Amino acid sequence: MNDAAETPRTNVPELSVSELALGVKRVLEDSFGRIRVRGELSRVNIAGSGHMYSDLKDENAVINVVCWKGTMSKLSIRPEEGLDVVVTGRMTSYPQRSNYQLVIESMELAGEGALLKMLEERKKKLAGEGLFAAERKKKLPFLPQTIGVVTSPTGAVIRDIMHRLNDRFPRHVLVWPVLVQGKGADEQITAAIRGFNAMPAGGAVPRPDLIIVARGGGSLEDLMAFNEENVVRAVAESEIPLISAVGHETDTTLIDYASDMRAPTPTGAAEIAVPRRIDLLAQTRENEQRLTGATDRLLRTLKERTQSVGVRLGDPTRLLEVKTQSLDHVSHKLSTVFDRIIESRRTRVIESGAKLRHPRALIQDKAQKLDYASRSLTAGFDRLLEKRNARLSEQAARLRMPKSLLDEKQRELTMHAAALARLAPRLTADKEKELSAATRMLDSLSYENVIKRGYAIIRDENGKAITKAANLNDGQNITIELGDGKKDATIGTGSAKSQQSLF
Amino acid sequence: MTEASAAQATPVEQLSFEAGLAELEKIVRDLESGNAPLEDSISAYERGMALKKHCEKKLGEAQAKIEKITISEDGTVKTAPFETQE
Repeated sequence: MNDAAETPRTNVPELSVSELALGVKRVLEDSFGRIRVRGELSRVNIAGSGHMYSDLKDENAVINVVCWKGTMSKLSIRPEEGLDVVVTGRMTSYPQRSNYQLVIESMELAGEGALLKMLEERKKKLAGEGLFAAERKKKLPFLPQTIGVVTSPTGAVIRDIMHRLNDRFPRHVLVWPVLVQGKGADEQITAAIRGFNAMPAGGAVPRPDLIIVARGGGSLEDLMAFNEENVVRAVAESEIPLISAVGHETDTTLIDYASDMRAPTPTGAAEIAVPRRIDLLAQTRENEQRLTGATDRLLRTLKERTQSVGVRLGDPTRLLEVKTQSLDHVSHKLSTVFDRIIESRRTRVIESGAKLRHPRALIQDKAQKLDYASRSLTAGFDRLLEKRNARLSEQAARLRMPKSLLDEKQRELTMHAAALARLAPRLTADKEKELSAATRMLDSLSYENVIKRGYAIIRDENGKAITKAANLNDGQNITIELGDGKKDATIGTGSAKSQQSLF
Repeated sequence: MTEASAAQATPVEQLSFEAGLAELEKIVRDLESGNAPLEDSISAYERGMALKKHCEKKLGEAQAKIEKITISEDGTVKTAPFETQE
């Protein structure tokens, strides 16, 4: 069993992962080296590197696709999400991850229906931006001086345009050569339209006053450049009026909606661009004839009218008579009117004069007024004086006479004297009482009373009381007063003892 | 006549063919109506004749010329002779 299990290993070669992965890659590339696949683009991602990574899918399957930057710039259509495309390319795998993918080499839209659908959607989008609005349309010049033509320098288109222009009205034509189909055509057409617009008016190269964008007929894909958004925008933005003339009568591209005028063919564009010179010449000549004719007629008419009016003028002297009469009439009226005016003025002067007063009368008037005023003044003064007098006497009357005042004071005095008399006895009675009391008091204190009680008073010759022995000289006469009388005595010459014993 | 006299401010030589023709037609209509005063009519006639000459001259200037745009390296626009391949 073990042997049997080991034997098959020797029959199957052992591969490394790398060998297998590279093997698969080789098989893929050999088997699907050049294929066309139809599907819908999904998850379109154009990386910063410029490569596009996307999916191609149908109802049941999905495959990774990649489109390198170099191929991207050559694609005739711009890959968009949801586009139904037919892709040409090759299969490969990426050994590091063993992912396989389809490398795109070219891409076209699958079927006309899909293309038309895409165009319809683009048209809707641009219309929504107002690029096709009628009010954007510019009026084409009646007779352009210079016509700019954006087209291929080779081919029938420019020849057709030149032929028709020269038939109708030869003009100065500037051809801006461009590619009209394939990669880069849209950019060249856009640059040409912008380039004509950028030319300065009055520059060395005359700026066109009309642009024709033209291309001959072709398939829908051939005309695709004229459906590209950048071309449509350049057409819409052109300041110079622009005629689009792409393809045949039945072909319509998106620039036809944005242009100011759509021509069915390039030849048609030339017809729209210029009027027929011969027609204009005829028109001018016709106008000249009418001008001359009308002027002739006018002059003739005026002459006739002058003559007929002259006849109706009549005799000048008669006109003069009438006028003279009118003049007379008017001048008579004038003098009458003048007199009346003078008369009326005179009357007014007299009336006004009568209303004037003589100065003497005015003076009299004033004198009278003065007299009256002075009299009023005197009278007024007298009245004032009287009034003052009256008030003075009134006040005098109110003054009291001095005699009556004296009488009054006399009366008062008498009254007071009487009151005084009444009061006097009362005053003395009180004082008498006080006096007797005092007398009694005095009596009780009298020395006489003291003497009566045994005491004596010694008086000198002069009656003056002596109270000290020292004051008594020998031989001095004295008086001794006792209670019941006095006795004179003389002071003896004895000793002091005798003197003392005397007392 | 105010319109015509206003238009007279523009010298005939400066008018485009279209404007010249339009003014000429207007003058013709005015004169044909016969309402214009004589003096105005005469000057209108004179102007009309000048306009007519101007228009004819413009029509005579019609000369085919075809050139090709070339862009020089500094980006300036130039022209070069253009030969159509007949």
